[in-house]
Amino acid sequence: MSSTTETAHAPSGHAHDAHHWHEDPEAHLAHHFDTPQQQFDSGKLGIWLFLVTEILFFSGLFCAYTIYRSYHPEVFVYASKFLDTNMGFINTLVLIFSSLTAAWAVRNAQLNQKKALVINIVLTVACACAFMCIKYVEYSHKAHWGLLPGDAYTFNAPGVESPVTQDHPDPTVGMSRPDNIHIFFGIYFFMTGLHGFHVLAGIIVWLWLLKRAMKGEFNAKYFGPIDYAALYWHIVDLIWIYLFPLLYLIH
Amino acid sequence: MSSTTATHAPPQAGVNYLNARRGLLSWVFTLDHKRIGIMYLVGVMGAFLLGGVFALKLRTELLTVGKTIMDADTYNQAFTLHGAVMVFLFIIPGIPAALGNFCLPLMLGAKDVAFPRLNLMSFHLWMFGAIFFVIVLLTGGLDTGWTFYTPYSTTTTTSVIWAVMGAFILGFSSIFTGLNFIVTIHKMRPPGMTFFKMPLFLWGLYATALIQILATPVLGITLLLLAIERAFKLGIFDATLGGDPVLFQHFFWFYSHPAVYIMILPAFAVISELIAVHSRKEIFGYKFIGLSSVAIAVIGFVVWGHHMFVSGQSQMASIVFSFLTFFVAIPSAIKVFNWLATLYKGSIRINTPMLYALGFIWLFTIGGVTGLFLSTMSTDVHLHDTYFVVAHFHYVMVAGTLWGFLGGLHHWWPKITGKMYHDGVGMFASITAFIGFNLTFFPQFIMGTRGMPRRYYDYLEEFQFLHVLSTVGAYVLAVGLFMVLFLLIHSLMKGKKAPDNPWGAASLEWQTATPPITENFHETPKAGNPYAVYDFEYDPQTGDYKRVAFSDATH
Amino acid sequence: MLNSLLALAQQPRIAPTEGDFWFPPQASSFASKIDSDYYFIYWVSAFFVLVIAGVLVLFTLKYHSKKNPKAERTSTHNTPLELAWSILPGIVLLYMFVLGFEGYTDLRTPPSNAVNVDVTAQKWAWTFTYPNGVVHDELHVEKDQPIQLTLSSVDVLHSFWVAAFRTKMDAVPGRYTKLWFTPTMTGEFWAQCTEYCGTNHSNMRAKVVVHEPGGLAKWLAVEGDPHGGGRTPAQAGEKIYKIQGCAACHTLDGSKLTGPSFKGLFGRQEQMLDGSTITADENYIRESILNPQAKIVSGYGPVSAMPTFQGRVKDNDIAALIAFLRTVK
Ligand code: HEA
Ligand code: HEA
Ligand code: HEC
Ligand code: CUA
Ligand SMILES: [Cu+2]
Repeated sequence: MSSTTETAHAPSGHAHDAHHWHEDPEAHLAHHFDTPQQQFDSGKLGIWLFLVTEILFFSGLFCAYTIYRSYHPEVFVYASKFLDTNMGFINTLVLIFSSLTAAWAVRNAQLNQKKALVINIVLTVACACAFMCIKYVEYSHKAHWGLLPGDAYTFNAPGVESPVTQDHPDPTVGMSRPDNIHIFFGIYFFMTGLHGFHVLAGIIVWLWLLKRAMKGEFNAKYFGPIDYAALYWHIVDLIWIYLFPLLYLIH
Repeated sequence: MSSTTATHAPPQAGVNYLNARRGLLSWVFTLDHKRIGIMYLVGVMGAFLLGGVFALKLRTELLTVGKTIMDADTYNQAFTLHGAVMVFLFIIPGIPAALGNFCLPLMLGAKDVAFPRLNLMSFHLWMFGAIFFVIVLLTGGLDTGWTFYTPYSTTTTTSVIWAVMGAFILGFSSIFTGLNFIVTIHKMRPPGMTFFKMPLFLWGLYATALIQILATPVLGITLLLLAIERAFKLGIFDATLGGDPVLFQHFFWFYSHPAVYIMILPAFAVISELIAVHSRKEIFGYKFIGLSSVAIAVIGFVVWGHHMFVSGQSQMASIVFSFLTFFVAIPSAIKVFNWLATLYKGSIRINTPMLYALGFIWLFTIGGVTGLFLSTMSTDVHLHDTYFVVAHFHYVMVAGTLWGFLGGLHHWWPKITGKMYHDGVGMFASITAFIGFNLTFFPQFIMGTRGMPRRYYDYLEEFQFLHVLSTVGAYVLAVGLFMVLFLLIHSLMKGKKAPDNPWGAASLEWQTATPPITENFHETPKAGNPYAVYDFEYDPQTGDYKRVAFSDATH
Repeated sequence: MLNSLLALAQQPRIAPTEGDFWFPPQASSFASKIDSDYYFIYWVSAFFVLVIAGVLVLFTLKYHSKKNPKAERTSTHNTPLELAWSILPGIVLLYMFVLGFEGYTDLRTPPSNAVNVDVTAQKWAWTFTYPNGVVHDELHVEKDQPIQLTLSSVDVLHSFWVAAFRTKMDAVPGRYTKLWFTPTMTGEFWAQCTEYCGTNHSNMRAKVVVHEPGGLAKWLAVEGDPHGGGRTPAQAGEKIYKIQGCAACHTLDGSKLTGPSFKGLFGRQEQMLDGSTITADENYIRESILNPQAKIVSGYGPVSAMPTFQGRVKDNDIAALIAFLRTVK
C-alpha cells in the first residue's frame, strides 16, 4: 500500500515514484512496471480483452435478435418500418465521423500536438452528444406512439386505427399487422439503449481525458489512455454500424 | 529494474506487507494484491459460512418426511440462497481471487498485478454484489433456484431483480480479475520464465481467466435480459407474449457450464503445486497438465446443452452436446494420471495440505465419473434433476474445489500470515471432513437413482433412511470445517513463526521473506525450474529449506 | 397358500418397493436397456475409482517420507505413456456416447401404434385427458400398450418423471413436448414433478396405474367420467375438484394454501382486492373459474395465482362444482 497508492497509475503529472528518477518523467510510469513499453503493452492488451468482453456482451443480444427474427420474420419487417431511417442514417454518419476524430486524437498525442488533441477530443464529444440528442428525439417519437415496452406499450402509431387486426391492412406500411410486434420494440430498445449507455460512458471518459489533455499530460511517450479510449470508441461505433442495418433496414 | 533497488531504503527488519501500514482504510483502499487477496479470503470464507448455514438448514429439514423445522416456501428459499451464495459469492471467486491474487504476482517475481486499481475495484464490486444478496435476504428472499429459470423467475414475488443485479455485479468483478490475470501473466513474467516454465498454478489461473473473460459477459447480458423482462415484460422469455422460456436455459448454461470449469481449474492448479512440493518430486507431464487446462477451458464452451436433454431442445442438439461433453473428460483424466505418476517414487510427506490433495484426487474422480452418467443421454433422462445430480456436483464442487481451496489455504498459510498451524489438528479436521462429506453425499447417488428428485421439500417414506445418513454426514462435515476455522484462528493468535520456505518449494513465492514485504521482492528474482524441489535442503536448525543449487527448467 | 401369495404379488403397490440396490423396478420397455447402460458406466467408473484409490494408498505407504526420505528423480514426461492414457479412456468414453445415443433415440421415437394422452401441468397438479375425452388426475394405462404423452403447461416449467419407467420430459409453457413408454408391469407407480415449480413442487405427484390388457376400458367407464357412475352433481363436483387440481390450492377444511379455502365459501361475503364486497354466488364462482383475474380476493393480489380454466372445464363441470361448493360448509 504505502507508496503504492500515490504512484500507481498516478493520474496527475507530479506524483512520480522517486526511485524512477532516471526514467523519463514524461512517461508516467507506475511503480510496478519496469519500462514504459511494458506499461503501454499491458494497457493495450487489457483494453483489447475488455473490448472482447464488450463484444460478447452484445453478442448475447445479437443472438436473441437472430433467434426472434427467425421465429417471427414478419414482425421484424413490419415493426422496423416504424423506425426513422433518416435519423438512423444521420446518427451513423455522426458516429463514423467521431471515430475519425478519435483516431486523429491518438495521432495528435503521439505527435505532441496538444492543441489539435484538445480540438479533436472536443469534436468527438460533440458528436457523441449529437448522437444522443438524435436518439432522444427518436425515442420520444416512439414513446408518443406507445411503442415503449411493458405496460407503456399501447401502440397508437399515426394512421393506424386501433384495434388493427390481422386482416385490416395498416395504411402506414401497407401490410397486415402481425402479432407480437412488441418483441421487436423490446429488442430495439434494449439494444439501442445499451448502446446509448456505452456512448454516455464514452462521453464521460472523453471529458476526463479532455481535462488531462488540457493540462498537457499526453505526449509522444505517454499517450496510452488516449489510445485505449479511441479503441473503445471504435468498438462503440462498430456496434452501431451493425445495429443500424439490423434494426432499421429490414426488408 | 534491479538497478533501481539501489535507491531503496535498506530493508527494515520486521516490516512486511501486513504491518507496513495500519488502520482500516489502509486495507479498504489498498492497491497491494496481497492485502486484496486477504480481504477476498475473509469475504469468501464469510460467504462460505453463510452458504453452509443454509446447507445445514436444508439437511435438518430433510431429516424427516413432511415438515421438520420450516415450511415449503422457506425451504425453497434456503436451497436457492444456498446455491446462489455458494456459487456466486464463494466458489467462483474462491481460489482465483483469494489465493490467486495473493500468489500470482509473487510467483511471477512481480511487484503487483498489471492493474492494481482494477484489482481493488474487483474486490469492491464483489462487496457490492454481496450487499445485494444481503438485500435479497432482507427483502423477501429468493426462491427461483440458483438457475433462475424462466418463467418461474419472471413471475415469482420474491426479490429476483436484486439477486440478478447482485449476480450481474459479481460477474463484472470476476471479469476484471480474469482480465488482470491474463495481462499480468502475458506482460509481467520475469526474465527467464517462458510460458512453459511457469508454475502450473499460473497455467490453471490463465485458463480460468480465459473462461472468465469469454463466458461471464454472456451471463451479464442474460441476467440483464431477465431483469428487464421481469420489470418491463419485453416478451423475450415469456411464452404468453410470444417468447421462448427454453432460450433462457441456453443463455444461462452457456455461461454456467463454463463456470463449473471456472470453479475446478484453479483447484486443479492448486493440486498440481501441492502434489509436486509435498512428494518432493518434479511434476510429471508438465506440458500435458498445463495444456489440458486450456483444453478444458476451450471444450467447456461447447457442451452447455448437456443440462437440457429433457428440456425440449432438439434431439440433434442433445446428441451433439452429449458427444462433445465426453471430450472434456479426457483432459481431466490426463491430470489425474499425471498426478499419480508424480507420486511415483517420491518422498511423500503426509501433512495437512497433502491430505487435502490426496483426498481431492480420489473424490474428484468420483465426482468426475458420475458426470459421465449424466452426459450419457439415456441415463441422464432418468437421472436429470434428481439427487444423483446433487451428489455429482457436490463431489466436484465440495470435494473438488473446496478441498483444493482448503489444501491451498493450508499450503500458503505460512506465507500469507507468517504463522504455522498445528499440523496434527489440521489432519484430524481434514479426515473428519472427509468422512462427513462421503456420508453426506454418497447416499444421494443411491436416492437419486432410486427416484428422489432434487429441490424437494418433502419426500416419499422410502427415502427416509438415506436422508438421515446424509443429514448426519452434513453435521460431521460441519464439525470438521469448524475445526479448520478454529485451527486457523488459533494459528493467527498463537502460531509459531513460519520460516521463509517451510515446505522446500522451488516456485518464486517461497523465495522471498515470510510474510513478504509490500513490494514482494527486494530484487527481481531469477526464475528457474519451479519444480526443482531437489535444489533445496532442509535445515533442522531453522526449520527452513535452503537453496543448494539452481536448476533451470527442462520441460 | 400359493394362490394367496400370487394375490399378494398382484396387489397394486406404489413403486418402488423393489428393484435392486440402485434402481426401482423395471416397469417399462426401456428400463432394462437404461439400467444396463448405467451398469456399464458404473463398472468402468468403479474400476478407475478403485485403481486410483489403490495407487494412492500404495504410493503413500510405499513412498512415505519416513520410509523413503529422498525422492528419486524419475523422468518428468513420457509421451507414449501419456498418449496412451489419454486415448484409451477416450475410446471407452466414445462407447458410452454410443450407448447413450441408442437409448436416447429409442426414448424419443414413439411407435406408430402409441395411444396419445394429453397431459396438462399446472401448479401443482397433473391433469390427463384421454382419447375419449375423459379428464382425470390419474394416469391409467395398460400393460404392453405403448403410450404417448403430449405435455403442456399452463404456468411455469414442470417435468414429468416416472422413475420405474426411466423416462422424463419437461412440460414447457407455450409449446408441446412428447414422451412415450410401454409399461411392462402392472401396478401403481408415482409420476413426480422434477422441474422446480414453486411451493408445492415436492407434492406435485400423480398416480400412474398400469392395468392388465383390457382393464382400461372398464376403468374409464366407471371412474373416467365424473358425471357418470350414478354420481349426484355434488359428488361429480367433488371428483372434478380433485381431478382438475383445484385441491392443490383450495382446501375444504378452512386452512389456507395458495388460494382461499372453499370451506363455507358459497354464499359468503367476500372482500375484493379493490375494496368492494361480493357475494359468492353461482355467477361469481363461474367467473372465478373462467376468468380468475377479473375479481381477485383481497390478500391474494396483485395478480391471481390461479390459472384460467377456460376450455378445460365444461359447463356441466362448472355446474357440478357449484353443486359441490354448496355442500362444503
Ligand atoms: C466444479 C464443478 C463441476 C465439474 C468439474 C463438473 C464436471 C463434469 N460434469 Fe458436472 N455439474 C456441475 C458441476 C461440475 N461438473 C453442476 C454444479 C451441475 C448441476 C447444475 C444444476 O443443475 O444445478 C452439473 C451437472 C452436470 C450435468 C447435467 C446433469 C443434469 O442436470 O441432468 C452433466 C451432464 O452431462 C454433467 C457432466 C459433467 C462431466 C462429464 C464432467 C467432467 O468434466 C468430468 C471429467 C472428470 C472425470 C471423468 C474424472 C477423471 C477421469 C479419470 C480418472 C479417467 C478415467 C475415467 C473414465 C474413462 C471413465 N454435469
Ligand atoms: C460451492 C458450492 C457448494 C458447496 C460448498 C455446498 C455445500 C453443501 N451443500 Fe450444496 N448446493 C450447491 C452448491 C454447494 N453446496 C448448489 C449450487 C446447489 C443447488 C441449488 C439449487 O438447486 O438451486 C446445492 C444444493 C444442495 C442440496 C439439495 C437441495 C435440494 O435440491 O433440495 C443439498 C441437500 O443436501 C445440499 C447440501 C450441502 C451440504 C450439506 C453442504 C456442506 O458441504 C456445507 C458444509 C459447510 C458448512 C457447514 C459451513 C462451515 C463453514 C465454516 C466453518 C466457515 C469457515 C471457513 C473455512 C473452514 C474455510 N446442497
Ligand atoms: C395454482 C393455484 C390454483 C388452482 C389450481 C385453482 N385455484 Fe382457485 N384460486 C386461486 C387463488 C390464488 C385465488 C384467490 C385469488 C382470486 O380471487 O383469483 C382463487 C380463487 C378462487 C375462487 C374464489 C374464492 C373466494 O374466496 O372468493 C374460486 C371459486 C376458485 N378459485 C375456484 C377454483 C376451482 C373450481 C379450481 C379448479 C377447477 C381452482 N380454483 C383451481 C388459486 C388456484
Ligand atoms: Cu411442477 Cu415441480
Ligand atoms: Cu455442465
